[in-house]
Amino acid sequence: MNSGTMTHPFLAGLRPALLTELAEHAIAMHYPDDYRIFSESDPANRFWLIEDGTVALDLHVPGRGAQVFETIGPGTVLGWSWLFPPYRWQFGAVARGPVQAIEFGAEAVRERCARDPEFGYAILSRIVPVLGDRLRTARLRLLDLWGRP
Amino acid sequence: MNPAIPIPHRVVSRRADTADTVTVELAPIAEPLPVFRPGQFAMLTAYGIGEIPISVSGSHGNRPQHTIRAVGAVSRALHDSAPGDLVGVRGPFGTTWDTAAAAGHDVLVIAGGIGLAPLRPVVRRLLADRAVVGRLCVLAGARQPGELLYPDELRRWSRHGQVEVIVDRPSGDWAGHVGLVTTLVPGARVDPAVAVAYVCGPEPMMRFTARALIDRGVPAERIQMSLERNMRCGAGWCGHCQLGPLLVCRDGPVVAYPVAESLLTVPEL
Repeated sequence: MNSGTMTHPFLAGLRPALLTELAEHAIAMHYPDDYRIFSESDPANRFWLIEDGTVALDLHVPGRGAQVFETIGPGTVLGWSWLFPPYRWQFGAVARGPVQAIEFGAEAVRERCARDPEFGYAILSRIVPVLGDRLRTARLRLLDLWGRP
Repeated sequence: MNPAIPIPHRVVSRRADTADTVTVELAPIAEPLPVFRPGQFAMLTAYGIGEIPISVSGSHGNRPQHTIRAVGAVSRALHDSAPGDLVGVRGPFGTTWDTAAAAGHDVLVIAGGIGLAPLRPVVRRLLADRAVVGRLCVLAGARQPGELLYPDELRRWSRHGQVEVIVDRPSGDWAGHVGLVTTLVPGARVDPAVAVAYVCGPEPMMRFTARALIDRGVPAERIQMSLERNMRCGAGWCGHCQLGPLLVCRDGPVVAYPVAESLLTVPEL
């Protein structure tokens, strides 16, 4: 993919040389409505930067089907199970309406991270805040704050 | 007019918004109170039961509208009042949303739960003079789809700007966003550098929303939020609603985020 077309907020501030290296592992993807991008326990061999549209994260519950517990939208990252063993998706992901995203090959990015500390730090320093946001949101939702205004 | 004396009003309309929330319109029996402005609140009396503060969620001239969720004895009695019933009203009290600050700016209106009620007059006022503001984005969160306020109005507002709704606990047929309203801030189609934000909801939601707005690039001084404390007198006399140097009934409920920021994280307050 041409690094010049990669303007996702996740990539903001990335040194041009690193952006070019990352772009080597990227392809533009368009998913139709209701397309299942990945399922729980599948190999986590890709991740995505969502440019447009909404993705629902879900979990299959016996007798209840796929239960959506969160939706994520433009400007964020889809998938982080690719970073750590066992490299399997912990949840599923389905497009809610058309989704435009940049897809990265996870294994190649992981290998690059392992070889080049600067590249690895640049990636992790962008992924970790995403994890922090998800954790913060989950904690706030656990508090069930809706009882009072 | 003595602000300590409830003025009798009659319920002239009552609309059920959700299973436990209604919007009532009140008309004065005799001398009207001053017109309630967006952001202000009334002390509503359910005669024989008690008095509570309720924000104004709309008005027709001297007829304020209040959206009331039944959570206690007084709010339950007010919720259950029917057209023709009497309700005591004191007010209007408190500061207003600074809607003039929106002129020439993009606008973000962010609500959690019943926090949409005090923001409804803001959106209505902005839409009444739509050309004055830039892009308009309304983000509304609720626990579950059935608890979402004013769904018809949200649909109408979406013809004039971006309206996004998110629920914490989706039901089976819910096809919208799922999660917290704070997660919608990055997708708001406004220019944060020139945006004005109005925020109301549970206090932690407002704190995290303000941080998300600042992360997005909205200047802190352009974030307004509506606080809630233990309002009693409504006029800054009794001190029950003190929040540090503020008497929220008088110096609030609407304050700029830089005023509230340091106060909201002090447990003793």
